[in-house]
Parts: sequence; structure tokens; C-alpha cells
Amino acid sequence: MLELRAVTAGYDRRAPVFRDAHLTVAPGEAVGLLGPSGCGKSTLARVAALLHRPDAGEVVLDGMPVRGFRHRAPREQRTTIGVVFQQPRLAADPRLRLTDLIAEPLRATGRRASAADRVAELADTVGLTPDLLGRRPHEVSDGQLQRACLARALALKPRWLVCDEMTAMLDASTTAALVRVVEDYRASTGAGLLSVGHDRTLLTRWCDRTVPWEAVAAG
Amino acid sequence: MTTDVDTDRKPAWRAHGTARRSTHVLRLRVSCALVAVTVLAVLLVPPLVQLDQQAVDLAAKLQPPGWAHPFGTDDVGRDLLLRCVYGLRVSLLVGVVAALTATVIGTAVGAAAGALGGRADRLVMRLVDTLSSVPHLLLGIFIVAMFRPGVWPVVISVALTHWLSTARIVRAEVLSLRSRPFVDAAVSGGASRWRVTVRHLLPGVLPQAGLAAVLMVPHAMWHESALSFLGLGLPTHTASLGTLIQGARGSLLAGQWWPTLFPGLFLILPTLAIAGLAGAWRERINPRRRSELML
Repeated sequence: MLELRAVTAGYDRRAPVFRDAHLTVAPGEAVGLLGPSGCGKSTLARVAALLHRPDAGEVVLDGMPVRGFRHRAPREQRTTIGVVFQQPRLAADPRLRLTDLIAEPLRATGRRASAADRVAELADTVGLTPDLLGRRPHEVSDGQLQRACLARALALKPRWLVCDEMTAMLDASTTAALVRVVEDYRASTGAGLLSVGHDRTLLTRWCDRTVPWEAVAAG
Repeated sequence: MTTDVDTDRKPAWRAHGTARRSTHVLRLRVSCALVAVTVLAVLLVPPLVQLDQQAVDLAAKLQPPGWAHPFGTDDVGRDLLLRCVYGLRVSLLVGVVAALTATVIGTAVGAAAGALGGRADRLVMRLVDTLSSVPHLLLGIFIVAMFRPGVWPVVISVALTHWLSTARIVRAEVLSLRSRPFVDAAVSGGASRWRVTVRHLLPGVLPQAGLAAVLMVPHAMWHESALSFLGLGLPTHTASLGTLIQGARGSLLAGQWWPTLFPGLFLILPTLAIAGLAGAWRERINPRRRSELML
């Protein structure tokens, strides 16, 4: 269970982005969070991914309250959640080739030996051809880069996926392909999904349930 | 109805842009040539020309520039061209080693402060502010005064007083990189603080740190000269641009201009050339900012 209990978060304690947010994602469940631009969806996604420390409230992961965020969260806890960001250009280190980008979580967690095989497997899953893997982020399209970012998020076989407007920058066919990859992954592993976005049609078709922002948090 | 349009008139921005560009190219070429000549001179002249720069010839003292001595001779008859080349060699060595050391210290401190953030960052940056508030020549004099005169005290003194600006630049760059989503992605992928810093943050600040190092070389050369001129840097028998200018003060008052002019030119020209190269580099990594000479 991934739970946000009465979470208040923001970048200035005196003016939080949202207050008192409640959200629960059960294992294997796909939850879509619908909200207009600028309401705080991405901040909530970062809190859920343990990347941003909330000002108040708690995040509970598999029944255990999370004690620290970012580097203060134990590595095992951090890596159970895979994150895909909205803008692949900003989410990819511009110096790394796609193959290194995908292998980065494997190398960071000491799985250097198995990295090459796992990267080839992941690239195949997300539909990246071997010639693309040798390129750097500026040499591929947004869609191709987002595929690599999704492959990176899946590299450590996370039990939870947080997709922050994953398909907002992409065309319809790439959107469909990426959603298919996520759904195949969930079907094979039983991972839970929190997908944040503003596209009602996409989220209602993709997720088991969608919740509007107003039902989650007070502004 | 007819319209009267002046079709011959060229757009003003194009001419302006090309003029600026050609000036940049010219400056870059001149700077490259000067730096190349300087480096070749200090590397090749001492081993190729088997002359003793310390050879005293009192019969030929204070001769004006001529065929035998293109830069003239000093007050004990030593050839000034040879002394200048040897002096430049020492000054350049001090400049390069001090600038590299200062950049390594500054990058390490700045990256640590930026990557750790929070209380550690505030503490380190207040320390940097405190050290910056002391005039660095004064601090440098204090440091060299603790050692016997020599090359290394000067290097240490310049390095220990000049890492502050690099630390500030690197910390600012690290702070801006740290908030990018690709760092979030690395954290989420299980990367430790050390790995995030070394693999994702430091490579992003290296161009700025390298530029700071290049700009610091002439600055460090000037500091070496200033310390030697004050008599606190290198011992007077070691030829450096500072000791040469210091030794020539007396003859300048007696009307002999060459022992001061040539070491002075040897100090100014490489400085301008290195600053020109750094300016071109800066425009490369940040084309929107026009370069200026920073000494």
C-alpha cells in the first residue's frame, strides 16, 4: 500500500502548495490523479516518490511510515518506487548515452555485471533499437528519450510506479506505446501505479480509478 | 499607388554582427599566437640556448638594447632577454600550479557545499564570506611571511587565497543543477550523494571551473610579481618577472628604462593573451555574455 496521509507540502513553509492531501494506491491498482495545471500534482507526485519532504503529514509505504526523503530515505525504500517525469529533456543527464542512462540505476545499486543484459532487455521492452542506445539525449526525439526514461524507471523492477504527466509531451502513438509498456509491466509484476495528469480521457481509459484533485487535497 | 521602398539598404544587425565576430576571431588568433610563443619560449629557450642567465659581465653593465643584447643588460651586465625568458618561466610555473591548486580546492569546497546543502552549505559559505572580507594580497603576505622565500610559499599563498571565487561559482552551478529532474531521477534510482555529485553534478560544472582556472593563471602571475616586487616572494637571485622589476627600480630613476620595460611587457602580454583565450572560452560556454578582461 502506498499511502499519503494528511500531507501538506510546498517550497515555502508559510505558503504550501497544497494542504491535507489523502491518497491511497493499493498493490496492483492503477490510480489516476486528475488536476489542472499548477495545482500541485507534480509536487504531490514528488512526495509520493520520496523525492520531496512534506511539511506535515506522512507517507506510508507497505505499512511502514517513511522516516526520511531523498537521500535520507534508505536506498531499498527509494528504489521500490520508479518515477517517470513530464519532460524527458530535463529528466535525462545530457552527457549520458541512452544505454548509460538506462543502466544508471543498475550501476548505482551495484548491479554492474548484469547491466548490459538488462539494458538490452529493457530497450527491447520499450521499443528502442540498438542504434538509438549509442546516442546522447540531444540526438533523439522526445518520444525516444521518454522511452529511455521509462526503461530507466523500470530497471530496478519497482513495486510502485509514479508517472508525472508521462505522456504530456508525446504524440498519440507514442503515448499508446508507453501506456502499453506500463500496463504489460504491471500485469507481469503486480505493481501499483500513480499516474498524474490533466488528460481525463487518457486517465479514465488507462487507470482503474481516477480521482479529481479537489477530492485529494485542499489548495 | 506606388510605394517608395529603399531596397538597397542592408539590415543594420547583420553588419554589426559580422564586425563583432571578426573582432572576436582576430582576438582569438592573436591570443593563441601569443600563448603559443610564450609556451614555446619558456620550454625551448633554456635547453636549446646553452647560455648562463646568471653570467655577470660588469664591463657590459646597463647597456641599452642592441645587437649583442636585444633587450640590453642589467646593472651587473646580465643579458635581459635571457633573464626575462627565465623569469617568465618561473612566473608561469607559479601561475599555473597556483591556479590549478586553487581550482581543485575551490571546486571541492563549492561542490561539497552545493551538494550537501542546508546547514553545511550555510556554514561553508559564511566561512568563504569571512575569508573574502580580508584583502587577499594582505592574507597572501601573511602566509608567505611564515615561510623562507622560495617558489612553494608563493604557490601556497596564492592558492590558499584564490579558491574562494571558484568555490562560489561551483556552488552556484551545483545548486542550479541539483534541482533538475535528472538529479531526482538519479536519487530515485538509488544513487548515493557521492555518486550524484561525481557522476551528475561535477561534470556539469567542469567548464566553469576550467574557465576560472584559466582566468586565474594571469592573476596568479601578477600576485607572484607583486609579492616578489615587495621582496616577500622569490629570493632576489631567482629570476622572476617580479624580482626583475624590483631589481630594476634603481636604474629606472637613473634614466635606464629597459630593465623595467621588458619584464613589464613580458608580464602584460601573456596576461592579455590568456585572458583573451579565456574570453573566447567563456563565449563558447555562454554566448549571451560578452567577455571582459578579469584580473
